Amino acid sequence: MAVAPAELSSTKARPLTAALKQALGAALLAFGLSVPILALRTEQDISNRLVLQPRWSYVLIAVLLAFFGRLLYLTYAAATANRAPRVRVRALTTRTVSAGFAQFVSVVGLLALLLYPWIALSIVGRAGAIKWIDNFGIQIMIYIMLGWGLNIVVGLAGLLDLGYVAFYAVGAYSTALLAHTFGLSFWICLPLAGILAAFWGVLLGFPVLRLRGDYLAIVTLAFGEIIRLVLINWVPVTNGYAGISGIPRPTFFGLPFNASDQGFAAFFGLEFTPLHRLIFLFYLILALALLTNWVTLRLRRLPVGRAWEALREDEIACRSLGINTTNTKLTAFAIGAGFGGFAGSFFAARQGFISPESFTFIESAVVLAIVVLGGMGSQIGVAIAAIAMIGGTEILRELDWLKDIFGPAFDPTQYRMLIFGLAMVLVMIWKPRGLISYRSPSIFLREKKKVRADLVREGHG
Amino acid sequence: MEYLAQQLINGLTLGSIYGLIAIGYTMVFGIIGMVNFAHGDVFMVSTFIALIFLLALTQVLGLGSLAVALFIVLILAMLLTSVWSWAIERFAYRPLRGSFRLAPMISAIGMSIFLANLVQVAQGPRNKPSPSMLSDVIILSDGGGYTVTLSYKQILIVAVTAVLLTAFWYVVQHTSLGRAQRACEQDRRMAALLGVDVDRTISLTFVMGAALAAVAGLMFMIYYGVVSFSDGFVPGVKAFTAAVLGGIGSLPGAVLGGILIGLIETLWSAYFSIDYKDVATFSILAITLIFLPSGLLGKPDVEKV
Repeated sequence: MAVAPAELSSTKARPLTAALKQALGAALLAFGLSVPILALRTEQDISNRLVLQPRWSYVLIAVLLAFFGRLLYLTYAAATANRAPRVRVRALTTRTVSAGFAQFVSVVGLLALLLYPWIALSIVGRAGAIKWIDNFGIQIMIYIMLGWGLNIVVGLAGLLDLGYVAFYAVGAYSTALLAHTFGLSFWICLPLAGILAAFWGVLLGFPVLRLRGDYLAIVTLAFGEIIRLVLINWVPVTNGYAGISGIPRPTFFGLPFNASDQGFAAFFGLEFTPLHRLIFLFYLILALALLTNWVTLRLRRLPVGRAWEALREDEIACRSLGINTTNTKLTAFAIGAGFGGFAGSFFAARQGFISPESFTFIESAVVLAIVVLGGMGSQIGVAIAAIAMIGGTEILRELDWLKDIFGPAFDPTQYRMLIFGLAMVLVMIWKPRGLISYRSPSIFLREKKKVRADLVREGHG
Repeated sequence: MEYLAQQLINGLTLGSIYGLIAIGYTMVFGIIGMVNFAHGDVFMVSTFIALIFLLALTQVLGLGSLAVALFIVLILAMLLTSVWSWAIERFAYRPLRGSFRLAPMISAIGMSIFLANLVQVAQGPRNKPSPSMLSDVIILSDGGGYTVTLSYKQILIVAVTAVLLTAFWYVVQHTSLGRAQRACEQDRRMAALLGVDVDRTISLTFVMGAALAAVAGLMFMIYYGVVSFSDGFVPGVKAFTAAVLGGIGSLPGAVLGGILIGLIETLWSAYFSIDYKDVATFSILAITLIFLPSGLLGKPDVEKV
């Protein structure tokens, strides 16, 4: 929260009293906000009538949180106000991780990812490793891949896409339907799913790309919802809510991962275990994600990548310089959508079952949150944010000891999206350019300017 | 014919609710140029506030008269929803004024997720059936084997909407607050130089939008008789569609758009397919934004360099 000058001077004059007053104000506000919603829970009784259950302890917690949160914040603000100048440009300027550090992180990160299944195996053993590779490893890698795919659209080209999950769904349903209708294997479906998703990206992108940022966001949201509703209601093709099951699993060069004589384990003379398939899936999604990353890194150096970054910085300047903004946006949209399609295809093959439940707006919001929190345009940032957020969610499932404190009804996972939402707001307030790093344009005229163009426009220069 | 008349009545009722929510979107967009994505969830919070107070008044305090109870609930819901909206603006949007253009939008999406999940955690994920009330109907026509009815709920909804919109219209056109709002809409910096407290005006805009959303929330609860934590998203998008269709930034446009969306939704459900009614609304949103971005009554959007 920005501190107005008046608040600063008053905190200087009588720091403690003023801070306490403001903290009391915050507590009062929290009380007002939480009174009906938190204090009285509506529950149905046996005869299906709604009755109210008072739960004033929740209000007390909210009030205390607001009081001490505000007090802490004011102390922090007072402490920094004495040191830093009033007008702070620094917090908003370009911030990138230094090149050497970035390289170090990528090498170490890559090594860790490559060795991850074996580390998991050696630490928790075979039985425990299934959970760690499947729930943590594969799940996080899918979101890293989706984050990197969306990063092309949001981070590089600066187009806010709230319907990214639509392309994920197109990829997943393409795989399922192609496999069922034509009996194609996963390895043929995978590229086809990517191409189809990219095609849908162009189809949906073409009419909307001349819209302004927030309008574009709303229209992509509408498209995402339309696709989901069609998947639900077009029962003859998609089987509606029931979803499609029996999607063929990926094979290892034609060797299925099963206990039969033609299976992977028998061919290599190994004892059959479901771990083989999981480890294979992990490396598969890792390869797909790294492909996304590699393509992005290369594209960023091509003219089209430069055009994306220029477009993100200033669309009018781009148009004045003769860049075809429609084509530039469309390529970003299509390539981003294509990677979403790959991820969707992998998702369908990994689960073996898909239904419209997996492609709600919340999924789009989670992927967007990953890109935003990681720092738009930064590849490492997105990866770290995905690990923190998806891994964090999975860890919430593990926190059984919290039940001993808060009682058996306490379920930490239900706070997951609450924390996601709050984190998005807080990161925007605290570091609008992203928590971990922010990708500044790759190319400059002669020298890198101290302050970015849009900051000058916003009046910071 | 009778069937059509019934659908028109239903559509008008639904459209009044959408119109009330749409005003919140259109005013905020007009004054700070931002899509307040959390507005739909503020509306959802207001339905819960209304439900809880209604239960508290009728069951716990044992208030006999429904009319008095509804009136008290309306006032309390407007008040507390306004506090919510004020707090959200102060906490999540004001620090971002002057940040890069997508920042407030992302913050608003975060706020929307936060509100929906807060209510889910606090009130539970189930649908909450509210006590049924005002279920009597007036039979308008009984010919042709189809009965056209007008329920007291519908009369109440349309009447309250009309009264509040008139009051609201008066505030915006004839008070100093309304003048300040219109000044901020035209040029915030100039308004500030001439002594308009811009921050206060923007806060009050959020408060007014939320108060109208709270009215819509109470009406929604009475009309459908059920509320849920997930009710913010779809009505929110529909109301936003209404605002866009009417021309975002234009108050009469928001009401007109709301009524049109209500009519389109009910007629579509009645004559085509109820499964695809949301698809119809979302398609209208996309088509309007693509082909008629300034809406029916809006001013054309000129991009200044």
